[in-house]
Amino acid sequence: MAESMAHQSAEQVRPVSAAGRRRRRASQDGKGWIFVGPFLAVFALTFLAPIGYAIYLSLYRNQAFFGGKVFVGIDNYTEALQDPKFWEAFGRVAAFLVVQVPIMLILALLAALAIDSARLHASGFFRIVIFLPYAVPGVVAVLMWGYIYGDNFGLAANLNDLFGTTAIQPLSAHWMLPSIANIVTWEFVGYNMLIFYSALRTVPGELYEAAAIDGAGTFRTIRAVKLPALRGAIVIATIFSIIGSFQLFNEPNILRTLAPNVITTYYTPNMYAYNLSFAGQQFNYSATIAIVMGVITAIIAYVVQLRGSRESL
Amino acid sequence: MSTLTSPLRPKRSKLLTGAMVLYLIYTLVPLLWLLLSATKTQDDLLSTPGLWFGKSFAFFSNIKDTLTYNDGIFLRWLGNTVLYVVVGAGGATLLATAAGYGLAKYKFAGRRAVFAVLLGAVAVPGTALAVPTFLMFSNLGLTNTVWAIIIPSLVSPFGLYLMWVYATDAVPHELLEAARIDGAGEVRTFFTVALRLLAPGIVTTLLFAVVSTWNNYFLPLIMLSKPNLYPLTVGLTQWSNQATGVGARPIYNLVITGSLLTIVPLVIAFLLLQRFWQSGLSAGSVK
Repeated sequence: MAESMAHQSAEQVRPVSAAGRRRRRASQDGKGWIFVGPFLAVFALTFLAPIGYAIYLSLYRNQAFFGGKVFVGIDNYTEALQDPKFWEAFGRVAAFLVVQVPIMLILALLAALAIDSARLHASGFFRIVIFLPYAVPGVVAVLMWGYIYGDNFGLAANLNDLFGTTAIQPLSAHWMLPSIANIVTWEFVGYNMLIFYSALRTVPGELYEAAAIDGAGTFRTIRAVKLPALRGAIVIATIFSIIGSFQLFNEPNILRTLAPNVITTYYTPNMYAYNLSFAGQQFNYSATIAIVMGVITAIIAYVVQLRGSRESL
Repeated sequence: MSTLTSPLRPKRSKLLTGAMVLYLIYTLVPLLWLLLSATKTQDDLLSTPGLWFGKSFAFFSNIKDTLTYNDGIFLRWLGNTVLYVVVGAGGATLLATAAGYGLAKYKFAGRRAVFAVLLGAVAVPGTALAVPTFLMFSNLGLTNTVWAIIIPSLVSPFGLYLMWVYATDAVPHELLEAARIDGAGEVRTFFTVALRLLAPGIVTTLLFAVVSTWNNYFLPLIMLSKPNLYPLTVGLTQWSNQATGVGARPIYNLVITGSLLTIVPLVIAFLLLQRFWQSGLSAGSVK
């Protein structure tokens, strides 16, 4: 209060109405909490509290025979970092990420550029149809593709019948990861396409005119005008896709019923954490795995963001 | 001729359209398969080609069977999903709208801290939180209640970000000042003045919150063990699991028809509201 009075007297030369408005603004600014508070309260309960609780759990271990729990410090973490099951799962999602994310984002980028190019017949129709899979619940997408993949009925069996082979086995150990990648790609190309397309729409028309006057052709314009305009959107889409890949759970977990011998209980880190908790009752170790994955994800997302913004300078 | 064609309005390309048609086919084939399969009996499913009709047209009897199987449990799941979506996504949109507006239009202390915490939390995998959330809720006695699904659905960091960006430009300060001079309180100003201007952003946020709640699988999977509280997603996978294991009773035709019925409402919502969400998204991507 004293501060705002001093502030006022220092600016007495200014018209009264301006000072009055500033004072009113200052007292109103505190009221921002009325609007932000409810969100933050639920956020604290559903985000911050579980994170805190997970950290607490990860520092303890249940005693198998005596009952009760003991403080073990970072023992759970050293165990996790030396756990071959964890690293196998991690390696799998990392391989998935390195292959699937670029394919998906490049397809989305090409689709967005094509739709934005004005060279396409019925571009509005393409935009909405390619986006459509996003409206399909992930669970339904996996069930649908799972049946299509199956050799019982579905298209894989039809194709094998047609060519008289048994070569197409999407649910075999060798093909499972690409099969999952196909489902995820099918689901999310349209969503990413829309993010890119929305960013392209905000490019001012004068930039295109300038490029045209400079004699830039289609591909030159894409490189010099469109891609720079897309940089922010690409960084965001990459971060979301990385987080999504590390979280991989729904697809393998549902396909597990169709291929129980191919998909292990520790196929992805998330499935490992889930099965440790709900099949093994190892809540402390499960929380540790979750935190390790969270930290790795956050670090990688941060690095991508840093690199993305540095390149834009 | 070619010199007359402005680069700003290039002529349509058959090659490009052809390439896009290929992608379109990839997008549509699974959905076509689902639609055709929903017209088949279980026998036809196993014995007739996937991308054509079966020997009999069982679409309507499949729908009837889906809705009545197991005393109409599917309708129960549908009702649960609607409840979770209306309260969860509706509440998430309200909270995100109010908070985005608050962050955009009030320069209070701690505003930057809120931003930093949100950004950090978004990087933490949602599923990584699921196990601790489950344990916490179980201590609070909330597991196996509707609240276990609704409360976590109420937070949409993406929605908050969208509304924040949107509110910054959509609600002019002068208008708020004018309402204040007229003596309207802050809350009343929000509801009478700001809300209307925020409408396109709200529709976008609501639509994406609806999708994530409607599609929610992991959370209900761990929180609920009573089938009569399941949403459609968990219920359908349970039906699908029925086909394997001891005492298997496959009901492929019902899983497929149920899947189709689960998709339809969202597809309709997206098609009807596309004008709104596409403009809302464009605004969100400006920043």
